[in-house]
Amino acid sequence: MADLSIDLAGIRSPNPFWLASAPPTNTGYQVQRAFEAGWGGAVWKTLGDPIINTSARFAAINFNGQRVAGFNNIELISDRPLDVNLKEIYETKKRFPNHAVIASLMVEPTQYKWHEIVKRVEDVGVDGLELNFGCPHGMAERGMGAASGQQPDLVQAQTTWAKEVATTPVIVKLTPNITDITVVARHAVKGGADAISLINTINSLAGVDIHSWNTIPHVGGKGAHGGYCGPAVKPIALNMLAECARDMNVGVPISGIGGISTWQDVVEFMLMGATGIQVCTAAMHHGFRIVEEMIDGLNNYLDDKGLSSVTELIGQSVSRYSNWGDLDLNYQVVARINEENCINCNKCHIACEDTSHQCIDMLTNAEGKSILQVREEDCVGCNLCSIVCPVDGAIDMIEIQNGMAPMSWNDRQKMIGSLNDSYTGAEVIG
Amino acid sequence: MELSSTLASFTPDLFMHNFAEAEPGLTHKGAIEESNRCLYCYDAPCITACPTGINIPSFIKRIATDNLKGAAYTIMDANPVGASCARVCPTEELCEGACVLNESSKPIDIGRLQRYATDWAIEKDASLFEAGIPNEKKVAVIGGGPAGLAAARELAREGFSVVIYESKPLAGGLDTHGIVSFRLPQSISLWEVEQVRKLGVDIRTHMKVGTDITAEQLLTEYDAVVLAAGMGYVPPIKIEGEQLQGVYDAIQLVEQTKTGQPHVNLIGKKVAVIGAGNTAIDGATCSVRLGASNVKMVYRRTREEMTAYDFEYEFAKQEGVEFNWLTLPKRIIGDATGKVTHLECVQMKLTGELGKDGRLVPMPVEGSEFLMPVDAVVTAIGQERRTDLIEHFGLEHTWGVVKIDTTTHRTSNPKVYAAGDIIFGSGQGEAMVVSAAQQGKLAAYAISQHLLAQEDHSLRSIV
Repeated sequence: MADLSIDLAGIRSPNPFWLASAPPTNTGYQVQRAFEAGWGGAVWKTLGDPIINTSARFAAINFNGQRVAGFNNIELISDRPLDVNLKEIYETKKRFPNHAVIASLMVEPTQYKWHEIVKRVEDVGVDGLELNFGCPHGMAERGMGAASGQQPDLVQAQTTWAKEVATTPVIVKLTPNITDITVVARHAVKGGADAISLINTINSLAGVDIHSWNTIPHVGGKGAHGGYCGPAVKPIALNMLAECARDMNVGVPISGIGGISTWQDVVEFMLMGATGIQVCTAAMHHGFRIVEEMIDGLNNYLDDKGLSSVTELIGQSVSRYSNWGDLDLNYQVVARINEENCINCNKCHIACEDTSHQCIDMLTNAEGKSILQVREEDCVGCNLCSIVCPVDGAIDMIEIQNGMAPMSWNDRQKMIGSLNDSYTGAEVIG
Repeated sequence: MELSSTLASFTPDLFMHNFAEAEPGLTHKGAIEESNRCLYCYDAPCITACPTGINIPSFIKRIATDNLKGAAYTIMDANPVGASCARVCPTEELCEGACVLNESSKPIDIGRLQRYATDWAIEKDASLFEAGIPNEKKVAVIGGGPAGLAAARELAREGFSVVIYESKPLAGGLDTHGIVSFRLPQSISLWEVEQVRKLGVDIRTHMKVGTDITAEQLLTEYDAVVLAAGMGYVPPIKIEGEQLQGVYDAIQLVEQTKTGQPHVNLIGKKVAVIGAGNTAIDGATCSVRLGASNVKMVYRRTREEMTAYDFEYEFAKQEGVEFNWLTLPKRIIGDATGKVTHLECVQMKLTGELGKDGRLVPMPVEGSEFLMPVDAVVTAIGQERRTDLIEHFGLEHTWGVVKIDTTTHRTSNPKVYAAGDIIFGSGQGEAMVVSAAQQGKLAAYAISQHLLAQEDHSLRSIV
C-alpha cells in the first residue's frame, strides 16, 4: 500500500484529504468526527469577528434528476465566539496531534488586526494558517474576503502582515472571481505566502423559482449572490490550479479546491500540481464517511500504477498544459464507430449533423441492419460524437498518421513571419 | 397483492380490494429517475415500434422536464386511447422491445412512464384537444371502442360532425368491458371516452345498428360511415354439457366484474378455463380474484403455441393459475340438478406436423381420457364475428372479417370504412388495442382526405 502522507509547505498530514474551511469544520465536534472518519486535515471554519448568518443559506443545482451537481451558499464566516473556537481547536489538536489543523482567518485589512488574530490562533497550536481572501459574499461588502482578494496589492500587504508574526506556514486562499488568478497568486507569494489554496467559491445565483419568482435561495423574499462550488466547478478550479502550477513566479505548493468528489478528482488535481486537496460539498452531500471511498480508491490506484507515495503524482501533468498557440495543428484524430458496441441511438448522427461537421451517415448494411458510419475524410476530430455516445467502446477517436510534421500556430506564425521578412528583404533588394 | 379467497363471504370491500389496479404507478421520483435514463434517441426505434407512432423520446423528455401536460398531449395526440394502452400494451413486444438499452442495460419503462403522464392528465382532467372548425360533413361511427373512439376523435379535430352508435350502455369497447379491472380500471377507459365526447362527438349508447337504426338510414344520413363494431362474445365450443349451470363465457364473466361485484359465485370453487389467449388469461385471473380455490387453464396445445402475451402468462402464474397443456376438453358433465361437476378431457400430443397457421398440429392420445373435477368452466376460445352486421351493410368479408383497402381502410362500399377487431383475422390486422386505435386514425384520415378533397374540388369548380 502506498504512503498517502503529504507535507504541504511544512504542514504534515497523514493523507491529502483535508476538509475545506466551511460548514463541515464549524466546531470541534465536527472536525473530530471527520478525523475519526479518516480525513487527514481540516481547515477550520474562518475565524474573525463573529457575524450573524441568515436563515436559508444553501441551494443546489440538480442535473437530470441527480442532486447537487453544483452547490451555492450565502453563509458567512464563523458565527461562534473566537474563544470558543480556539478552545475547541486546542482540544482537537490535543486529541489528534498527527492530523493537520489549519485556522482560516479573515479580518479587516489592517496590520493590527492581522497581528492580533495570528497570535491568538497560533497560541492554541494550529499547524498552519489560511488567509481567506476568497469569500465572495457578505464579507466582501465589508471590504474583506473576495473584496480584498481582488486587489493584488491588498493581498500582498495582508500576507505580509500575517507573515510578520506567523510562526506556522501561511496559505493564501484565492478567489476565482478575478480575470487572471495568477496575478493575485504572485502577489501572495511576494507577500511571503508559503502556499496558496484555490479556488474559493464563484459568484453565483443558484436559480429563480419559476413559480414564486423568488431567488433561490431567498431570505424572506430577497436574495443576494452566493458562492458556487460542487462538481460543476471542477473544470474551472482545475484550470486555475494549472495556470498557477505552471507559473514559475508562483512557485509555492498549492492546496487544490473545487468540486472534488471522488478519488479520481484527487488524482487529477494532484497531477495538475496540487500537493494536497480540500473538500467541502462532497462531505456536505454524503457525510464525512465519503473519505473512506476516496482513500480506498486512491490507494488502489497508486498500487495499480506501482507508485509508492501519493506525492509522486504531484504536478506530473503540468508540463502538458500549455497555450493554444503551442498545440500541434497537424495532429489528427477521427471518429470511428464500432458496430458491435453501437446501440443505434443515433445521437452521434444528430449531434454531428445539426451542430458539427455533418460526417456521420445513417446507413443500412448488406444484412439490412441499420448502421452509423463516419466519413473520415470529412471528420475534423472534434470529439462531439464520442461525448454524446451513451455506451462505452462504441466510438473511438483514432489518431491518424497523416505524415505531416508537427506545427503549432506559433510555429506557423514564426514561419510566415520569416517568409515575410525574406520577401521584404527581397523588395528592399529589388 | 394478497388475495383473500378462503373467506366464505365475498364482501364488496374484498371485491374492491381484489379488483383494484394491481400494478402501482410510478412515484414522482421514480418517474424522474426513469425519464432521465431515456437517451432521447434520434429517429428512435421505439417510435417505429409503436403502432400509433407516439413520439416516445419527446414525451419522456417532457416528463423529465416537469411538463406533464406536454407529455400527456404527445401521448394522447398519437393515441386517443393512450391511457389504456399504457396499461394493456404488450410493451416488451413493441416500444420497450425496440429500446436501444435492451442489451446495454435495461429498456426504459415506457409503459409506466406513459401511465404516469396520462394519470396526471386524468387527475387534472386536463383538456388536451379542441374540435376543428365545423366543415359541414357528417360521419357515423359504429362502435365506441378503441378504433371507433380514435376515428371519431380525429374526425372531430378535423371539424367533422360525428355520431358514435354504441350498442352497450357505456362506450369504450373492450377497454371498458373486456379487460379485467386489476389490469385496466374502467375509469381510465371512460376518461378516454369523455375526452372524445368533449370534442362534440355525439355518443349514442344503447343503439344497436341493424335494430335501432338501419344501415340504409346511416348511409343516407351521413357522408361516411366507420364500421368499428369489434367482435362479440365467446362462440359455443360445441361440446356436450355447454348449457350446464356453472359454464361461463370469459368475456361476459370479465364484463360482469367491470361495473361492480358480479352475481357469479366462484368462492372456493374449482374452475377450468378453456383456451390460452389473453382473454383466457383474463378469465382465469378473474376467477382467482373472485375467490376460486383452484383455477386450471386447459389448452390442447403447449406453452409454445399459446397466443397470450408473455407478461399475461407470467401474471397468471403469479396469481396461482395452473396450466394443463396438451389437454383437450371433450365434454362437460353435470349432476342431477344441472350443475357442473366434471370436465372430461383427453391428453394430446404434438404430431410434428405444421398446420395451416404454422403451429404444430396436436392429436389426441388414444385411451387417455380422464375426468377433471370442476365446479365451473370458463370458455375463452375466441370471439364471435359480427357477420350479421357486416352483411346488413352488404360488405364483402372473409369469414366475418371485413375486406378493406389496407391503406385507406375503405370497404367494398366506398362510403364505409372499417377499423379494429372487425377487420382482424384471416391474416389481416392486429388484435391489439393500440392497433385498433391506429386503424381508427387511418380511417379518419382517409375519410377526411376524401371528403375534404371533394370539397376543394367543388369549391374550385364554383370559382
